[in-house]
Parts: sequence; structure tokens; C-alpha cells
Amino acid sequence: MAFKSKEDAKAYWSENIRLMLVLMVIWFVVSFGCGILFVDELNAIRIGGYKLGFWFAQQGSIYAFVALIFVYAKKMGDLDRKYGVEEK
Amino acid sequence: MSLQTMTYLVVGFTFALYIGIALWARAGSTKEFYVAGGGVHPVANGMATAADWMSAASFISMAGMIAFMGYGGSVFLMGWTGGFVLLAMLLAPYLRKFGKFTVPEFIGDRYYSRTARIVAVLCLIIASVTYVIGQMKGIGVAFSRFIEVDYNTGLLVGMGIVFVYAVLGGMKGITYTQIVQYVVLIFAYTIPAIFISLNITGNPIPQLGLGASVVNGDTYFLDRLDQVVTELGFAEYTTQARLSTLNMVAYTLSLMIGTAGLPHVIIRFFTVPKVKDARSSAGWALVFIAILYTTAPAVGAMARLNLMETIKPSGGENLVYDERPDWFKKWEGTGLLKFEDKNGDGRIQYSAKADTNEMVTVDNDIMVLANPEIARLPNWVIALVAAGGLAAALSTAAGLLLAISSAISHDLLKGVFMPNITEKQELNASRIAMAGAILVAGYLGFNPPDFAAGTVALAFGLAASSIFPALMMGIFDKRINKEGAIAGMIAGIGVTLLYVFQHTGIMFVASTAFLGDMKPNWFLGIEPNAFGVVGAIVNFGVAYAVSRVTQAPPVHVQEMVESIRMPAGASAAHAH
Repeated sequence: MAFKSKEDAKAYWSENIRLMLVLMVIWFVVSFGCGILFVDELNAIRIGGYKLGFWFAQQGSIYAFVALIFVYAKKMGDLDRKYGVEEK
Repeated sequence: MSLQTMTYLVVGFTFALYIGIALWARAGSTKEFYVAGGGVHPVANGMATAADWMSAASFISMAGMIAFMGYGGSVFLMGWTGGFVLLAMLLAPYLRKFGKFTVPEFIGDRYYSRTARIVAVLCLIIASVTYVIGQMKGIGVAFSRFIEVDYNTGLLVGMGIVFVYAVLGGMKGITYTQIVQYVVLIFAYTIPAIFISLNITGNPIPQLGLGASVVNGDTYFLDRLDQVVTELGFAEYTTQARLSTLNMVAYTLSLMIGTAGLPHVIIRFFTVPKVKDARSSAGWALVFIAILYTTAPAVGAMARLNLMETIKPSGGENLVYDERPDWFKKWEGTGLLKFEDKNGDGRIQYSAKADTNEMVTVDNDIMVLANPEIARLPNWVIALVAAGGLAAALSTAAGLLLAISSAISHDLLKGVFMPNITEKQELNASRIAMAGAILVAGYLGFNPPDFAAGTVALAFGLAASSIFPALMMGIFDKRINKEGAIAGMIAGIGVTLLYVFQHTGIMFVASTAFLGDMKPNWFLGIEPNAFGVVGAIVNFGVAYAVSRVTQAPPVHVQEMVESIRMPAGASAAHAH
């Protein structure tokens, strides 16, 4: 089992990197962005008793991390099948 | 039934389970000893990883740190979970495809160098040994507080239990005990949290209770907490930052990179059957970790309010010292809680000002351990907390010990010094290495070095500045060669160690801190514990630069990188 061509191998890898970069940007925004850098601005908004920035720092970022990994696993599975390199 | 009997019963039952599993899951081959045979279901591996990862520090100390650091405690919450995203996307699937037993083995093969492998073994051993000391202390402390045997006896019993299941079962025995330990620890953590959240907010889910309003009144719980702490002169709970924004970013990032680079976590992903499973297993691990980590902020905040309001009920008078509750007396006995009647009025004053504050010691660790007693929960819950603390410490210790023993028997012995030993001999060697590692860890637990408190920071700093960059670049940049990787690892560790030691003392002996532990001397105001990320950046930079001016890696190494980037063709983890 291998890539059909050199171009395929290149395309697979660059799609993988693109997916990774998009997810890493989200990873950065939910934790460092919402939880630290813009925490004061977000704290002006409230959900129930939570200030939004505080919620991201102590709750929201963690939920987002879990979602990110499962999205990555799902999308990579699709990508493997698209290029025929999934495990049998 | 008395609390004492109940605790013996619950802890005894969990220990019997661990031993039972050990007898059932004996390792018969090196593959079973190092990677549990490579057939662990991704969800089961996720659960074992969660127990492996969550140590005595997560279980006992973290909520207490958050209770006193407020918003600033978020660095631990985000740092110790966000690393799993890096692990899932940057390392785990590729290392699983590589399909061998240890982290140094990857570094040795990828950088076609024995030197690189030995440097990696050293980093791994230093990081893991320093980390294991904390677990051994946790075991001794949990025993001495709950079972009321002395610290040394407790530690000895703990060592005995780990010895049985880790030496007999290796990774196979450790995996199945970790799954049971996860179940024990998560119940032990969440049940008291549910009761306390119900008491304070009427909402049984702590994650929602933290954002809900208090039972008797229409103020939100967090607003009430902010008000109570600021009235006494403490920083506002929900906005209290840790030093500067830059420091918080650096601290969080260091913990994330360190998490992704800790070998005892990485090797757990060698135990699943496929690359696909390594990706999803990281997600499951984080699900199981998130259950505790999203509960911890509620535990911390509610424990803080409970403590403050016990001392000074809202609208009431300060607590009279002679009328203090039983748990207060009990924890005074341990020295973790200390009262000094400075103004001689017989009442307890608690404030942020050092000259009027009469609660002279309030240890972080009390928050989780005393919580069930403060909330007057039934005895079986308190007994469960004892078993949970022990499960957290034992599971992490076992994972670390396996990482250490496999580095010794597989990387040093089989890989470097005696390549010709048979599998049977290697299996015996790995058992002896495991036994030796337990004895060394136990010795350090009996005689905790003065630097023990600072060592977790060192473990994360080393993992972040040496292991993580070497692994990541090995996968994502084909051009990184032996010279670059070795120079990068040494530069990364060098910078991190120099910074940590110059501010906290050489091996944490304070008098040798030649630049002093002073904020004005900190580089950009970054505290030593948060410096791993700077070491990592130095590592990346040096490795990149050195690789560009030296010879490209040989063709077979570049082909190896090609092959680990593609999931197909992964076989189960193997030795050669």
C-alpha cells in the first residue's frame, strides 16, 4: 500500500498541513486569544454567572480542545481514504 | 462504621483489584512488556492515558492552586490539556506509524546516531525521575493522612503494590490497572464536587454550578466569591492574573509543549493497533482528563468560598476560635492549617494583609482533601477520596517507571551495550530495570531531596526544550540532520537549565542562585517555571540553522520520514 504517484504524496501531505494549521489557529484563538490576550474585553460579556473570558480560560478552551482532536481524527480518516492510504 | 474502618476497606479493595489484574495480565514477551502487545482499544488506551497523565498533583494540588490563584490558575487548566492537541496532531500518529517501543529509539533512528539516542535517554531519565519523586511523596502523604500509618510505612506499601503489577505485567499490567485507577479517581473527584455544587448552588453539575447563582439569594456564585475576597483585601478572583499577560502565555505554552513531550504519555500511544487509533485515542484521553479538569475550577472556587465563609459568615461575626469545626482541628494537627491570634480577641481574622491576617498557613492541598469534611459528606465519600488520591499517584508512578525501565533495558542495554541479547534476556533485563527504578524512586521518596518541590518544573522544562522539538522536527522537516538535532537538544536544555538554576539555585539549592529569584532579573518578566517555551524556541532555531549548513540526512532516513507520514503499512509495534 502506497501513494499512486509522487504528486499524490505531495498533495496528501500539503492537505494534511493545511488542516493542521487551520486547527492550530483555532487552538490558539480559544486558549491564548480568548483566555489570555483578549480576556478583559471578553469579560465584559457574561453568560449567566460566568464572565466570558474567564469561562474560556477555565472551561471553554478545554471543551474546544476535545472537539479539535476528534475533528482532526475524522478529517484525517477522510483524507487517508481519499488518497487510498488508509490502514486495512 | 467508623471512617477508619471504611477507609481501610475501600483502599484495601482497590489494592486487591490491582494485584488481581497483575496476576491476570502477566507479560510473556518484550512486546507485551513495552507496549502491552500493541492491541489496546483506543478508548481503553484513552482511559489509561488519562490515569497515567493525572498525577497526585492534578488530583490533590491543582484545585487548591486554582482556589488561591483564581483566574491565574487557568495556566494549569489550559496548559495541561492543550498539550494533547499538539500530541494528537504533531506526534502521536507518526510515532505510532514508526512502530517501535521507545521515544529514544525514534530519535536514534531518525537522526541515525547513537549519540542522539543516548542524549534522549538522559533527558528522559532526568525528566521522569524528577517527576516520579513527587508521586512517591504523594503516596506516602496520602497513606499517612488517611490511613494514619506513618509516611515510611505508607510509601513501602505503595512501592510493594507497584512492584507487583509493574514488574510482572509491564505495560500490559500497567494498562489494565490504570483503567481501573481512572475509574476510582474520577468517582473520588466528582462525587464530592457534585455534593458541594448542590450545597452551594443547587445545581448538581459542578461545571454549571460554577456559573449559577447561590442557593439563598439571587447573586451569581462567582460574583459572591469576588465580593467576599475583595472585601478582605485579596485580588478579585475572576480577574486575578498571574504576573503579566506575557508570563501567562509563556507558562501555558511551556506546559502544553512539555505535556506533549513527556515520554511516559507518548509511549501510551504505541499500544494501540493503528495510526487511526492513535489519533482518536488522544481525543478519548482528553475527554477523560477534561471530566476532572473542568470540575477542578468549581472545586477550587467553591472550596475557597466555603473556607472564607466558615471563618466569616456573610453579615455575621468572625468565627470564635474555640468554636471552630472538627475538620479545622484535624488539619491544624497536620500543620497544613495554622492559626495565630494576633489581636488576642479569640476570633479568627483572615485577610490579605500580613500583619492582621491570623490564618498564617493555609496549604493548597487542604482544598481537595478536606472538602468532603467541610461539606459534611458521608464517611464512604471521604474513604473514596483517599483511594482516589492513591490511584492518581500510583498510576502516574507506574507509567513513569515503565518509561524509565524501557529506556534502560531497550535503549541502553539492547540498543547500545549488548545488542546480541535474546528476547528472553531482554525481558528479564527489563524486569530488573523496573525493579531497580522502583527502588531508586522509593529511596528518593524516603529521602526527598531539598529540590523536590522545584522538580516538576524541571521535568516539564526538559520535555519542552529537548524532547518535543527533536520529535516534531524529525517528522515535519526532512532536512534536519544528526548535527542539527543534537546541537538543538543541547542548546535547548542548556538555556532552560541555566535560566532555572540561575534564579532558583543549582539543583534548587537557593544559596547558589547567582542571579537571585527576583522579578527584576527575569527575562521579559517570565518566571523560571514558564521558561520551557524559550528553551524550545532556542532548540528549534539552533537545529534549523545547524542542519542547513551541514550535510543532508542520508537517503534511507529521508525515506523513513516519507513512510511515517503515511498511515498505510503500519504494523504492530515491533523491535526491529
